[in-house]
Amino acid sequence: MPELLTEAEARDLCRKILATSSADAAEVRIESRSEANTRFARNQFSTGGESADVRITVSAIFGSRRGSVVFNDLSEAGIEAAVRRSEELARFAPEDREWMPMLGPQTYVPVGGFFERTDELSAAERAAAVEAITGPARQAGLVATGFLQQVAAATAVANTRDLFAYDRSTLVSLTTTVRTADGRGSGWAGTTHNDWGRITSPAELAEQAMEKASQSVGAAAVEPGAYTVLLEPTAVGNLVQLLSTALDARSADEGRSFFSKQGGGNRIGEQVVDERLSLVSDPQDPDLLTSPFTSDGQPLTRTEWIRNGVLTNLSYSRFWGSKQGVPAVPPAGGLKLRGGEGSVDELVQTVRQGLLLTRFWYIRPVDRRTLVYTGLTRDGTFLIEDGRVTRAVKNLRFNESPMNMLNKLQAIGGARRVVASESGGVGRAVSAPPLVVRSFNFTAWSDAV
Amino acid sequence: MTVTRRDFVKQTSLASAVIAGGSPRVSGLPAPVQRRSDPAIKELCVIALDAARSAGAAYADIRVVRRRSQRIATRDDRVTAISDGETFGFGVRVLAKGAWGFVASKELSRRGVTEIARRAVDQAGANGAGVTDGVVLAPVDAYPDSKWQSPISVDPFAVPVEDKVDLLLTANTEALRVRGARFVSSSMFFLREEKTFASTEGTITEQTIYRSAPSMQVTAVAPDFSNFQTRASTEVSPMGLGYEHVLDADFPGRAPLWAEDAVAMLSATSVEAGEYDLILDPSHLFLTIHESIGHPTELDRALGYEANYAGTSFLSPPSEMIGNLRYGPEFMNVQGDRTQQGALATVGWDDEGVPADSWPIIKDGVFVDYQTTREQAGWISEYTGVTRSHGCSYAQSWDRVQFQRMPNVSLLPGDENRSIDDLIAATERGIVIKGRGSYSIDQQRYNFQFGGQVFEEVRGGKVVGRLRDVAYQGQTIPFWNSMDMIGGPGSYQLAGTASDGKGQPSQSNAVSHGCPPARFRNVTVINTAR
Repeated sequence: MPELLTEAEARDLCRKILATSSADAAEVRIESRSEANTRFARNQFSTGGESADVRITVSAIFGSRRGSVVFNDLSEAGIEAAVRRSEELARFAPEDREWMPMLGPQTYVPVGGFFERTDELSAAERAAAVEAITGPARQAGLVATGFLQQVAAATAVANTRDLFAYDRSTLVSLTTTVRTADGRGSGWAGTTHNDWGRITSPAELAEQAMEKASQSVGAAAVEPGAYTVLLEPTAVGNLVQLLSTALDARSADEGRSFFSKQGGGNRIGEQVVDERLSLVSDPQDPDLLTSPFTSDGQPLTRTEWIRNGVLTNLSYSRFWGSKQGVPAVPPAGGLKLRGGEGSVDELVQTVRQGLLLTRFWYIRPVDRRTLVYTGLTRDGTFLIEDGRVTRAVKNLRFNESPMNMLNKLQAIGGARRVVASESGGVGRAVSAPPLVVRSFNFTAWSDAV
Repeated sequence: MTVTRRDFVKQTSLASAVIAGGSPRVSGLPAPVQRRSDPAIKELCVIALDAARSAGAAYADIRVVRRRSQRIATRDDRVTAISDGETFGFGVRVLAKGAWGFVASKELSRRGVTEIARRAVDQAGANGAGVTDGVVLAPVDAYPDSKWQSPISVDPFAVPVEDKVDLLLTANTEALRVRGARFVSSSMFFLREEKTFASTEGTITEQTIYRSAPSMQVTAVAPDFSNFQTRASTEVSPMGLGYEHVLDADFPGRAPLWAEDAVAMLSATSVEAGEYDLILDPSHLFLTIHESIGHPTELDRALGYEANYAGTSFLSPPSEMIGNLRYGPEFMNVQGDRTQQGALATVGWDDEGVPADSWPIIKDGVFVDYQTTREQAGWISEYTGVTRSHGCSYAQSWDRVQFQRMPNVSLLPGDENRSIDDLIAATERGIVIKGRGSYSIDQQRYNFQFGGQVFEEVRGGKVVGRLRDVAYQGQTIPFWNSMDMIGGPGSYQLAGTASDGKGQPSQSNAVSHGCPPARFRNVTVINTAR
């Protein structure tokens, strides 16, 4: 893919932009990004694309007033126009009593999230990976649809107090949905990582999705209600990532969050989920490999949000931290729900009567007070009886809170990186284990396959 | 004089003819400036198309887009963001050996467009390995040197930022005057997209598309922190209009009402789950239409192209559905269009040079047609008799490839000129739902659960109080067939959403839906707090 800005190039460009500014202070963020993707449907290529861009955000600051401009014209005139406009906007802004002075130079942990073999994946190699899925599907009389996406990005942050941060990373994801020709069965499988060498092979993905598609034909309706469920790691990731926005101290302290304490304050220090569970963000975790800094250059290091079931941290903006007298805690980047041991197949054997869930779809908040969300199962929902998967069941709509779910834990398996976004592309880094959960609440079934 | 549905359809379609007029100008505020043609850009478009053809493309198109945006956000008495954006780039799409190729870049120069066009052809070659069903495009007329602009009255980018900040902070102050309202946030977002499109069919169009999206949220918190409720200004939709839309929305005037709603919800009655007649206001019904009619009638979904993310559709196979499936009662008529004035999906031409269209999707209660692009029109022409695209191609930006996206999909009003009050008066036991809330529907569009902002209890033909914790569940076809009353032309309103996701990588579409209020019988209502 097209070359990203190197650290030296990004540093020079930051200096040039900051030198153009005549504001009291200025901050710049550069994202140099290349992306390529291949989509397939009905067992053949459908669309694809490649793009490259360098997007810059420059902010001018006068006292506590701030204005920002996003632009991608790197010419002298383009930079000059953007910087002047940011200054003009800052002058329009009122003084901000929550303004925090910019950070000076910081130290960042090394991450190593960039992999040449991901960056160098060609259209022909993408086509070969697709064929490794569509070929077997075609031969089996099944219909494969899917998406392969690769991204390489270099990000730099700098300000007039000599802060400079630079990081580059790659990401790749491959997902497929295989359906039976008559549309009565559907199975999904997906994989993602920074490193193309660490993803599940396309042939193995094809096998997983094809097996689920074939097994899901002839699904029977089960009565809505509370079921013991075995959630595969993707399904757990779909729900656990929802916690990232809720893990915020200010909304909790202001009384408008699940983590608000009745009578005032927040719930840090309280047991909030099963004691076997811990939730961590760590840029250096080999399963996550996320940026070591925030958009304004705050260092990101290992943060434990939940330790052995106890809420240990909420994110604090620099302003809210200073007001509350605690250090700032930047919001979660990647998320890892630390697991135990064991695969999905091993966990199936522990369930006497329950449902096996592959992934969720159209998850939306229903009640922010309780963190109840609704959504549906999709692409592989099965009945487990006496430790064996016995038959397919129709998809079900849930109304359930991820926090409530994590309190009804029966068993936990080994965590792995999952495609947690419903859209199936590269996204937030999430690592999750399979879980067996009691009394998961379903309110309706659907004919959707 | 009573306006009949037939007259209404005519007027709605005619709106496309008056697009340059727009709503009356607000005196003293800056009028939009007509964009001037840029011969240099047009020349580069021609160079790109020639390069693609020389490299072996059977078809090529190029979109050159300059995207200007502005966002102003506030919280309580503070401005939390003032941000402008201006990005520029182009994307070349080619068809070679039966497969698509697409490459995008910001380096718009003779050399840049030539290289990108060649790379797109190379990529199509790699993509086409193993393709057995090649792409065939439906015919389209050439539109050389054509122009279109959103029908705005006041250019949002010419209104001083101070005025916008002042309006939002004034509205926030008004909201926080209401006892019990604790927090308020508000924002405005504006977009101007200058798009030049050229294709090897001989078309070059220049369009300037505007969007304006004001929004506000007020939160009330119980004194003991045991409860909180938020009221969002969702009846103020994003629109394909200018700053006049912000002024018409009257945030300072309406903020206290939204704040009172938030406070009232703290003590509103929690709904008893059960079956109710629902009266759905256009500010709510638009999204029900979007989810349960707009998405299932996308042809690429119905044929499995979006199975890996957005999903497929229960409306399949087309050969059995077109002209046969009863979607709802005989008075149910649904139109697809890209012509309604001020609607978000309204344009002059789509992203492959097809002129804006208006066509029936559901006629007298029966499903009759899908949404199509040039690639798709031929897939169903033997069942619809329509050989040309309905103009539903769209890409969110220059760096994403265009594909089939939803146009404006609207439920047309009934012949009788009923208002929402008439629907309420005719209802013994029901709930009026206004505004958009939590929305979720399965990947084939059978089963849904929808919520709102305001829930009013109806008893004996009158609104008797407020409810909360309301959501309704249903199955698409039985639900639409339970519709037994509908408002008339005077009750028809446009509402829309600016962030509809589809495709991989996911692209955001902006689309409006017009509708009158309508009543649905015996719908399952759940209590979301129990």
